[in-house]
Amino acid sequence: MKVVLENVTKIFPSRDKKAGGEVVAVNNFNFEIPDGKLIGLLGPSGCGKSTTLYMISGLQKLSSGHIYFGEEDVSDLSPENRGVGLVFQNYALYPHMTVKQNIMFPLENLKGSDKLSKEERIERAREAARLVQIDELLERKPSELSGGQQQRVAIARALVKMPKVLLLDEPLSNLDARLRLQTREEIRRIQRETKITTVFVTHDQEEAMSISDMIVVMKLGVIQQIGAPQDVYDNPTNLFVAKFLGTPPINVFNGEVKNGKLYIGKDAVMDVKLEDKKVFVGIRPEGFILNPNGVLTNDLLSVEVMGRDVSIVSSNPASANPTIRSIIDADSKIDRDAKTISFDIKPNKIFLFDAETEERIYF
Amino acid sequence: MVDSKQQWKAWIYLAPAIILLPVFTVWPIISTVRMAFLNGYKGLEAVGGATFNFGIENFTKVVKYKKFTQCLKNTILLCVLTVPISTFLALIIAVCLNSIKVFQKALQTIFFLPYVTNSIAIGMVFAAMFNIVGSFLGTSNELVQTAGIINNVIMFFGGEKINWINAGSSYVANMTVMTVYIVWNALPFKILILLGGLQSINKQYYDAAKVDGTRRIRVFWRITVPLLSPMLAYVIITGFIGGFKEYTSIVGIFGEKMGPADDSKRLNTMVGFIYDSLSTNNQGRASAAALILFGIILIVTLINLYVGKKRVHYA
Repeated sequence: MKVVLENVTKIFPSRDKKAGGEVVAVNNFNFEIPDGKLIGLLGPSGCGKSTTLYMISGLQKLSSGHIYFGEEDVSDLSPENRGVGLVFQNYALYPHMTVKQNIMFPLENLKGSDKLSKEERIERAREAARLVQIDELLERKPSELSGGQQQRVAIARALVKMPKVLLLDEPLSNLDARLRLQTREEIRRIQRETKITTVFVTHDQEEAMSISDMIVVMKLGVIQQIGAPQDVYDNPTNLFVAKFLGTPPINVFNGEVKNGKLYIGKDAVMDVKLEDKKVFVGIRPEGFILNPNGVLTNDLLSVEVMGRDVSIVSSNPASANPTIRSIIDADSKIDRDAKTISFDIKPNKIFLFDAETEERIYF
Repeated sequence: MVDSKQQWKAWIYLAPAIILLPVFTVWPIISTVRMAFLNGYKGLEAVGGATFNFGIENFTKVVKYKKFTQCLKNTILLCVLTVPISTFLALIIAVCLNSIKVFQKALQTIFFLPYVTNSIAIGMVFAAMFNIVGSFLGTSNELVQTAGIINNVIMFFGGEKINWINAGSSYVANMTVMTVYIVWNALPFKILILLGGLQSINKQYYDAAKVDGTRRIRVFWRITVPLLSPMLAYVIITGFIGGFKEYTSIVGIFGEKMGPADDSKRLNTMVGFIYDSLSTNNQGRASAAALILFGIILIVTLINLYVGKKRVHYA
């Protein structure tokens, strides 16, 4: 089932009633989620990603615009008539019911021709439990489960009635680091097996990049960029997206285009066919090549060995951040006692952004 | 933990309780047990130097009293009637209060008013409300239309007036009035506790239920009630304990006669029986009745806890 958002807007009245005014949580969203894909809504807190998810679920009403499931306009349908499964950030498992009762609960609400016998319900619950690999925990209460197991129960409960769309609100935020890695693979596997169109919300770019077919980067209620994770990483449309994606984050310099050359500080880094203007220069950490005669010279601060590769921390007066981090192959020879270090820059890892609008400048 | 060098401080903090509790709670309890097992114990005679034999005569006498069985019956009947009704009503009102946004605070205050008003005073108001129309209190030739608003309402809708509490009223009518009054009086505390419980239930449970298309009535029975069950257990148990100690409410409506003018003591309760025994200088009998009441409350509470064991879900 594909999901289409058309001019979707959500406006909340301002909390401060005396001041009046309103808050635009989601501003004129347009995008299409292809059938059977896993989509990550990504952005810092307060960017409207959870609101978007709740609007797709039907728990939040749209201020304007339309949402389509397939060809059907579901904008005015209540949640139960949309056929969505929702996994809450804190799972919202009913504490007084066993795992089995929790998973069966949505099935017991079915009416009319969809109504299932008790045996069918139990069978369906078992199936869902098997899918998320918790079939041995069916008789336990949620309080007797670990965070990761509770998460699986919540997913099973969302999946058991075969939703058209599965929605996950910050599914990994309550798990510890190791479990997070494991669970995100699990979510990927479950999504592949069920082929249910899935939307999940996260503020963790690594999480979004690692499992999504497509990511939607948002900021303050506005979509910044939509695309496959690698494409967005390789081709950010503005400085915000460039900064938001990637660990370690991108290095940003105050640069200038003068006479067809790009300058970072005094170093002419490369030739560009642009008018003279001030720009932000973004260089990915992996975009540096060690070269004693390189185009960019920084003051060397420290060298961190991480086994597979080496992280060089340096500084440059033109840098927007106090330090610059570059990731270099561990085989490289580095003179740790040198005062300065010079790099060449991979042309596909350097991005220019307008100094005022912060929009990408292609060159 | 209090530092061991500071222990004297802890003892000072505890001192008021350590001094007062034995004097005003522990000793009276021991004394009650002692008096209950001294045959025919009377306080005044004891002061005069009389001695009493140890035995269970007080208990056997109390149980054989016809008045006592009537008191026991009244007490149990009032408990069985009022606790379920008031708990259920309080639950409904709390759920409704919790789901409205405007006037919630104002209504909460109104529902809480009975709790802070004097139950004797309110009882007199109820007595006036349930008064029969035409009961004459004026001069011999004058038929005074009293302010029995309940009968006025019944007659307005074409019903026959009912003798609720006056002379010649029936036992059923008396009990109905008592039930209404006690339920009304018991509501505020229960609403307060249940509303507090409701407000601490995570809203996401309801969102989850909504996404699954759960009907309201099912949400109520399968989610609200189980999640509220610790509070419900609390109000039911304290309700029963309070119910077995019912006394002032009857005094409030029927006065110290504990019944309609022509049949006093008809609505007497266990606590009423104990007071009556005390006022006639029968401390032994009063103590025995108090212990019986204690036993009944203990058993009922144990039953409550046992029944609740599987039904109450502590988080």
